[in-house]
Amino acid sequence: MRYIDEFRDGALARRLAATIAAEVDPSRDYRLMEFCGGHTHAIFRYGVQDLMPPNLRFAHGPGCPVCVLPMARIDQAIAMAEQHGVTLCTYGDLMRVPASGRRTLLKAKADGADIRMIYSTQDALAIARTEAGRQVVLFAIGFETTTPPTAVALKQARAEGLRNFSVFCNHVLTPPALETILAASGNDGGDGDIGTVALDGILGPSHVSTIIGSRPYEFVPARFGTPVVIAGFEPLDVMQSALMLVRQINAGVARVENQYTRAVTRDGNARAQALMAETFGPRDRFEWRGLGHLPHSALRVADAYAEFDAEQRFPVATGNGREIRGCECPSVLRGLLEPTDCKLFGSVCTPENPMGACMVSSEGACAAYWSYGRLRHGRAGDAIRGDVDAAAGSNAEASP
Amino acid sequence: MSATDVTRRRFTGQLDLEHGSVDLTHGSGGRAMAQLIDELFRRHLDNALLAQGNDQALFQPPPGRLAISTDGHVIAPLFFPGGDIGCLAVHGTVNDVAMSGARPLYLAAGFILEEGLPLADLARIVRSMAQAANEAGVAVVTGDTKVVERGKGDGCFITTTGVGVVPDGIDISGDRAVPGDAILVSGCLGDHGVAIMSRRENLGFETEIASDTAALHDLVAAMIAAVPEIHCLRDPTRGGLATTLNELALQSGVGMRIHEPAIPVRPEVAAACELLGLDPLYVANEGKLVAICPAERADTLLMAMRSHPKGRDAAIIGQVIEDPHRFVQMETAFGGSRIVDWLAGEQLPRIC
Repeated sequence: MRYIDEFRDGALARRLAATIAAEVDPSRDYRLMEFCGGHTHAIFRYGVQDLMPPNLRFAHGPGCPVCVLPMARIDQAIAMAEQHGVTLCTYGDLMRVPASGRRTLLKAKADGADIRMIYSTQDALAIARTEAGRQVVLFAIGFETTTPPTAVALKQARAEGLRNFSVFCNHVLTPPALETILAASGNDGGDGDIGTVALDGILGPSHVSTIIGSRPYEFVPARFGTPVVIAGFEPLDVMQSALMLVRQINAGVARVENQYTRAVTRDGNARAQALMAETFGPRDRFEWRGLGHLPHSALRVADAYAEFDAEQRFPVATGNGREIRGCECPSVLRGLLEPTDCKLFGSVCTPENPMGACMVSSEGACAAYWSYGRLRHGRAGDAIRGDVDAAAGSNAEASP
Repeated sequence: MSATDVTRRRFTGQLDLEHGSVDLTHGSGGRAMAQLIDELFRRHLDNALLAQGNDQALFQPPPGRLAISTDGHVIAPLFFPGGDIGCLAVHGTVNDVAMSGARPLYLAAGFILEEGLPLADLARIVRSMAQAANEAGVAVVTGDTKVVERGKGDGCFITTTGVGVVPDGIDISGDRAVPGDAILVSGCLGDHGVAIMSRRENLGFETEIASDTAALHDLVAAMIAAVPEIHCLRDPTRGGLATTLNELALQSGVGMRIHEPAIPVRPEVAAACELLGLDPLYVANEGKLVAICPAERADTLLMAMRSHPKGRDAAIIGQVIEDPHRFVQMETAFGGSRIVDWLAGEQLPRIC
């Protein structure tokens, strides 16, 4: 595959690995947080950690939109589908995220709610056009990357006068989350509210940055003295970015650098930003699973498009989704704990039976550890139990 | 029942195979059902055992161990690039029987039709089934038809049951893999799943990817002729290669180590998976098999597979290893390693 294989070249990876090994200072540790689930996925899928020196560790950040969506919002979506009888359209990896009462969108669908899996916002518009008798709600989630397509859908719906289309907006913003994590980790010299294991560098979002540019991260070196490298999602991108961070750290400097130059500029995509500004406005605060209620960290449908706001069209009670007791997702999402530090990991919480959001999406740190990294991280006994359970499920048919 | 049979029933007017559709009378046991069976099923699937006209087919089993397998086929869309539910219902069950090393003999077919299914579609499905059975040399010797009300089915469901006979001296089973064995696949992975998904979701890829649906018993016959001591055979259908290897590792109490660069995947399938956030190792196949055999026989087996048209792209992809955890591990093309785990539920496209 052109433009893909070039960024997965094993020989280049070994050369980069040798360079990193030669340049790290053996007397210290390097703790780098990759912000995005896409990075986490690449690190595990390609075994990038194997190629790193032992004193360079990745901490897995909160950049998985499915993982940080709080339970209460999924409860609300299910309520819209069940109480108002709407057709709820959503992306595939949201279907299995646990809601309150051990429900999921998948279970609500099985119970009769009209929930449909889509690949793009255009699919939801198409359903609204062809099924004029149905109220179609787009369950919009994601960071700045997936926001512009929702903005386009809103504009199209208004232009076409699609009265049976609306958006349940859950779009969130990256910089406030990064700020929260750095403050909580004590990167500003304070104690940090979750511990004082400072992060030495940040692998910054890649797709998000194609939209917002690299400028919005400049507060990170300025306020926290922490270097940032905007990093692409391919494994060589991740390795090269790690090397760039090591070099900044070794030189004692902190600035925003851009490894992902093939897609990201300092100012980002002005047209997409204008679209977002026209169709969305900031929320005063929004709950992030694991991070709590963060000010100005999410978007709502703008007043000018209020008629397409599903929260106004189909009001439902907003509860406090109860997180599972013992679930360490909050600490995992902040990079404070490794998934294997959680007592539930692999015992009661597996991808077949996820308790916390980090186990649901393949971009979640726990699911990545479970699926790709168990050998490296031990906990083999749990793994066997998980395998046997899974096999019992899949062997319902004697000869598949 | 052959066309010239004097007992053939007479109906007023033929089935309207151009504009007609299935209705509830086609499942009622009356004249309309008899006409559907005569003019569609018997006409196309015609063979001596079916012509016995009884509620069962009677035959003398040949010597040897018998293998039996059943498979329900539900698929949307009913017609897809490279095949349809008719030929799939033949291939799926023929392959399940053949993975014991058996030569498939007979099939039984149960149809559940939804009211409103165009008769033209049903005729196309039955013709495709007949052609697939003919090509495979396997007769559909008994069957059943039911009709459900509109909205209670998905056009057409087909369950097929197959019976075959295993040649003497062949002992193939999922629990026979031992450390040191070689792992082979018969060709490129993921074609069927990507073909179905691209059609189902109207993804409109520039290159049309066709399903690989095919009967593999003749490939299996060539393989066991060359290497009778094959330990395991399995077709990686739902859940793909990853699921099949995990099943075999669990059943045999072994681990497996596969090499990513050795696993054949078409560039267009790899690209489609990349776009959708899917992993080709987990995508379904309907015309591929996984074989496990003693390492010293692997090259002979590979040659036998490659000289058969359905095994042209066969490859040795890894080894069976000792592992109390029964993990399937993969050395990535990138130089790292990872576990290839059981799939949790359906593989769903990722958001970004």
